[in-house]
Amino acid sequence: MAVTKTAPVENNDTQPAILVENLSKTYGSGSSAVHALKDASMQVLPGEVVGLLGPSGSGKTTLLQCLGAIIDPSGGRITLGGDLLFENGWQYSDRRTLRRDRIGFIFQRPYLIPFMDATENIAFLPMLQGKSNKQAYARAAELLEMLDITERGGARIEQLSGGEQQRVAIARALANRPPIVLADEPTAPLDSHRAMSVMKLLHKMAAKSGTAIIVVTHDENIIPVFKRLYRLRDGVLHEEEGEGRPFDYLNDEQ
Amino acid sequence: MISLAYRDVSNSFGRYLLTGIGLGLLIGVTLTMAGVFRGMVDDGKALLRSAGADIWVVQQNTLGPFAEPSSLPDDIYRGILALEGVSQATNVAYLTLEVSHGSRSVRVMLEGIDADSNRLPLTAGRPVSRSHYELVADERSGFRVGDRIPIHRHEYEVVGLTRGMRSPSGDPMLFLPLKDAQEIQFLKDNDALFRDRRQLQENPRLNPPGNPALLDAVEESLFSNHRVNAVLVQLLPGTNPWQVADEIEKWLRLTAYPRDEMEEILIGQLIAMASKQIGMFLVILTIVSAAIVALTIYSMTQTKLKEIAVLKLIGTRNALISRMILLEAIGLGMIGFLTGKLAVTYWAPLFPKHVVLLPEDTFRALLITLVICVLASIAGIRAALRVPPGSAIGG
Repeated sequence: MAVTKTAPVENNDTQPAILVENLSKTYGSGSSAVHALKDASMQVLPGEVVGLLGPSGSGKTTLLQCLGAIIDPSGGRITLGGDLLFENGWQYSDRRTLRRDRIGFIFQRPYLIPFMDATENIAFLPMLQGKSNKQAYARAAELLEMLDITERGGARIEQLSGGEQQRVAIARALANRPPIVLADEPTAPLDSHRAMSVMKLLHKMAAKSGTAIIVVTHDENIIPVFKRLYRLRDGVLHEEEGEGRPFDYLNDEQ
Repeated sequence: MISLAYRDVSNSFGRYLLTGIGLGLLIGVTLTMAGVFRGMVDDGKALLRSAGADIWVVQQNTLGPFAEPSSLPDDIYRGILALEGVSQATNVAYLTLEVSHGSRSVRVMLEGIDADSNRLPLTAGRPVSRSHYELVADERSGFRVGDRIPIHRHEYEVVGLTRGMRSPSGDPMLFLPLKDAQEIQFLKDNDALFRDRRQLQENPRLNPPGNPALLDAVEESLFSNHRVNAVLVQLLPGTNPWQVADEIEKWLRLTAYPRDEMEEILIGQLIAMASKQIGMFLVILTIVSAAIVALTIYSMTQTKLKEIAVLKLIGTRNALISRMILLEAIGLGMIGFLTGKLAVTYWAPLFPKHVVLLPEDTFRALLITLVICVLASIAGIRAALRVPPGSAIGG
């Protein structure tokens, strides 16, 4: 497994959790080529939560799949926690292990494994990593406690409410202490209060664990809470300052 | 490590168990078909065992007495007894008929035996000792010692019971004195006798004026039976049966089958068609079972493709996912096999035909079930491996 260290980012004391430079992705070739990503660059610091916005078809999912080592970028560079992941090809031969150990995922729906209970859903990842059952269950218990759902640990997935399921999904994403979590519209199926509660949790977990979280969203209600945003338009990524409003701003407006 | 297969099955155990039981009933039917075939072979062998003959002598150029009709004069055995190496020669007659048992009728095969050479293994009662109107019945016929069975114009008393004596068709056997069997075979009712006598009397060639002895001789010949179906020959120890059979064929102009050859006729030819038919059923049932397992496993996999995509995305190895599907398929097969074995054990005695379950057939069925399950899981595994992990992301 070849890993190339990159030099720390200039003018920044903290090494970014993820650094994306001039990333591009083209589907097809010749006249039918579709440029889904054009020289996209971004960086997210440890413990930071950034929003990734853009209309349908703007390339959000493509960017997420490139960052998640699911599809191959056409060019550019991805550095994760100082390790070069992609430049003229993946530097890790085993991308499944890379995803398991270094990247967390949260989906639109929780997509928890229905035949495992809440604790097992979380403990399964450390187990895949080779941790002992004892270590894996201890990590699961720790996360359940951080997310205030310790008492629901033994519950079957269908016995959990939507909000509880999303919490378990967040815990699973953090189970292997990844430097980065990719959250694909995690608040899409939730009402505004529950969505805000999830955002609050993501910020809390990012701050506690030092994990960087990229949140893809369309939700107009939660966009104001981001301090920093990236907006994708026709494959081009733009950085924007966010409002950074408090999580209870909706209550004030009402 | 968490066992994915165990967790998945536990989550929907009721549905899984019911599917396994359904499959098991199909496996039970398959095992029963194999058991029926084995039963036919066993019945054929039981008949040969009960006869205890080293050589079967039948009418020339026939496969008698079971595969083809065979008729021999009942004094031919004397010539056979005179051959070197022969220790015993016994006449035997076979016929299949329905007999009354209370309000119902039972299909049986009658075997006329020489009472002196009757060596049947009895489970109750005594052997046939009188020369008329006694018989020994196979237990499966339902008769008991002391029952009286009306056959044509006479009543026969059951004096003993034996076990495992069946015809090649699976009918229970009744053993009675040879003379009685001969009589039953050719006995006519009174009206038929009256008509035949009148026909003879009216025939001037058979009833010429002034010669009544000719008519008497003709009637005697027509209304009595001195034919048997076969002669069972026992040899002295160390005698080559093929050699004696050759001698019988050469000098007595009959056909003689050593025991192995008669077994070949009974099993290889008489039940060959039935065995092919059962073989076809077995093949079809095996294909249907395989299709059901494959479809079940494939459907089970299809219902959790999103979860499989998530598992792959979070780093679960293909081997772990494949193992889950394979183990679930094998588990289904094992439930099916155990159900099938249990079912056939309980329902086999209810079958009118003799059903024989050999351990090697059971073991073979287990192996075939496992192979089918492994093959059937391939479709599910292929479907799972084709799921791109990226399908967990996005709508």
